[in-house]
Amino acid sequence: MTMSSIPGPPGPPGSAASAPRRRLPDRPLSRRALGLGALAVPGLLGLAGCGSDSGSDDPRALRIVDYYNTPADDVAINGTFTKCAEELGLTFSRERVPGDQLIAKVLQMGSSRTLPDLLMLDNPNVQQVAASGALAPLEQYGITTDGLTAPVADLGRYDGTLYGIAPTVNTIALFYDAAALEQAGLAPPTTWDELREAAEALTTKDRYGLAFSAIASYEGTFQFMPFMWSHGGDETDLDGEGVIGASRFWSDLVRDGLVSRSVVNWGQGDVIDQFKAGNVAMVVNGPWNIAGLDADTPDLDWDVVTIPVPEAGTDPIAPLGGEVWTVPVTGDEEKQAKAAELLKAFVAPENQLYMAGERSTIPGDAEAAQEFAREHPELGTFVEQVSTARSRTAQLGPDWPRTAKAIYTANQRVLVDDTDPAEAFDEAARTVS
Amino acid sequence: MTTTTQLAARASGPATASRRRARRGDLLVRYAFVLPAAVYMVAFFGYPILKNVVMSFQAYDFATFFNGKAPFIGLTNYTATFSDPIFLRALGNTALFTVGSIIGQFVLGMALALYFRKQFPLSGFLRSLLLLPWLLPMIVSAAVWRWILEQDNGVLNRFLEGVGLISEPIPWLVSSDTALLAVIIVNIWLGIPFNVVLLYSGLQSIPDELYEAGQLDGATGWKSFRHITLPMLRPVVSVVLLLGVIYTIKVLDLIIGLTGGGPANATQTLATRSYEMSFIEFDFGQGAALSNILILIALAFAIVYLRANARAAKNG
Repeated sequence: MTMSSIPGPPGPPGSAASAPRRRLPDRPLSRRALGLGALAVPGLLGLAGCGSDSGSDDPRALRIVDYYNTPADDVAINGTFTKCAEELGLTFSRERVPGDQLIAKVLQMGSSRTLPDLLMLDNPNVQQVAASGALAPLEQYGITTDGLTAPVADLGRYDGTLYGIAPTVNTIALFYDAAALEQAGLAPPTTWDELREAAEALTTKDRYGLAFSAIASYEGTFQFMPFMWSHGGDETDLDGEGVIGASRFWSDLVRDGLVSRSVVNWGQGDVIDQFKAGNVAMVVNGPWNIAGLDADTPDLDWDVVTIPVPEAGTDPIAPLGGEVWTVPVTGDEEKQAKAAELLKAFVAPENQLYMAGERSTIPGDAEAAQEFAREHPELGTFVEQVSTARSRTAQLGPDWPRTAKAIYTANQRVLVDDTDPAEAFDEAARTVS
Repeated sequence: MTTTTQLAARASGPATASRRRARRGDLLVRYAFVLPAAVYMVAFFGYPILKNVVMSFQAYDFATFFNGKAPFIGLTNYTATFSDPIFLRALGNTALFTVGSIIGQFVLGMALALYFRKQFPLSGFLRSLLLLPWLLPMIVSAAVWRWILEQDNGVLNRFLEGVGLISEPIPWLVSSDTALLAVIIVNIWLGIPFNVVLLYSGLQSIPDELYEAGQLDGATGWKSFRHITLPMLRPVVSVVLLLGVIYTIKVLDLIIGLTGGGPANATQTLATRSYEMSFIEFDFGQGAALSNILILIALAFAIVYLRANARAAKNG
């Protein structure tokens, strides 16, 4: 309550630029350099925050909102933005929102006309936000999808127009306990038959052979997609044999005790925890777990293969995960252009490579992804899986969430109540029609 | 203290005109004291409820937040709600959840309250330990219970198997036959402190003489409970039950934390369904319609509660 709590006069614009310059090496940072970077970041953040708070009218001070909260994500994202902003003579302040609250926050910002200059969205939400007119088309700012694979480009497209761009993407594959598999005398499974066989061989009194997430949320649908798509299923044909057959494959595994029935209440985080605890020998999950696996269970001899397919020789089709960056319509044309400029620099292939390495994700640029696979052989499986992956919203657009919900609801009925997959997905098809 | 009384005495002087003035001033002062509370109620309870009612007649969806357009669509949200097959299930689950939780909480709470009425070493300490479930954030309790109720490695199943009560693990949270029961059990655990505290203080206010007199007439044990304790406790019991119903009917965080309304909608209640409609399907209009139905049901119980209270005040 003293006078000293009254803020002082605004600092000079662009005060963040006075912070010691930190250049990013072309190759991923060493552990030591990373530690130093982590020390520097809070300071940079603080300065950046000051810069923008005191000069929100400054067209060079941009506001960024995302949900990168884990240290590895935060350092990589912040470091890349700092580098790009310095080169362009811009400053920025970043607000990090808890992941599950981002959409609520976006709605709130939308209604109070306080959308940031750069906004990160989880890719299945992009089309819904774009459809509501909140996002600026990016092509007018010279941002293109050149070099991106078509499915990665699709992540940010709505109705043929580009609204968002994903610097890196991820997907899911099959993690397995290599020692246990070897002990059983089996090669890593590549087909559904082999997967079932391996699950049977690895299931013991204290351990299930396989686990996936079939929880009643979008995660449950995300994990079902590779099985559904690889089996010829399609989100526009929920009562088709492709979808029903994939659901039946899951259901048989659960009914026969090779997969715990608890998967209907396990999120992806629970699934990997069960794998770490040794309760499950094979799990479907994403590359974001790699750091945690190395840190928490250094003795676990795990490896990863692409998700097994129904017939040998076909490509596994997994869903693309990852976040897309957008430029919201704030009404300030000049700032939107500056934000687009920053975004364009941010998603450059060399930055993709750096962020992908730090965050165990895969560059969206096809060439960068190949280079990345050479530099990070441990992520090679995911690079391969991404090259054939598909965007969830490419066909249904803003209608995807409704269909995604119908899919996880139907799978819950199948796995919980032993409802026949044909019956459950017949009803799912009716609820979305 | 003395100064205030002197001031008050001087203010109510003998002259009638000044007394009238004083009374008017008095009235203003009284309103001034009520005003903050009234403003607070209108701003933080009145407005949201009104807004919720208005929203339930609008097509209020994702885009509304950006373009501000929410056309009025009459009763569409309500007809959609009533024709939704999950609605009836959610309504039934809400009833089962509420009745089951209340009966369990009340019976166990009463038993514990009676037990603690007897003085024994450490009874005060144990009674305060009982409040623990109340102190934990709901979402923490839910996370811990998810582990306890886990089918394969959960403590509860391991324990029951260990003592030989069950041979096969019970799929507490992952079978549509047991999930609602499991959620009710956890909610009973959460509600016991509330019941114990209120019932215990109610028991304290029953004069011992009544029991002594009853004893002379041969009313001991069950008879003294039936003919002395219960009638004397009736006002407290009605408060406990009605407030319990109003709290329980709208429980959201516990169910979201334990099962998310699953598996296969087995634990879907009106509250979780309304949350799902609004924040997962982004159909805020229909979500509002659902929560208005929930408010109406809670309101019916609130009116019963208020009338019972008024009656008790008149009789007392």
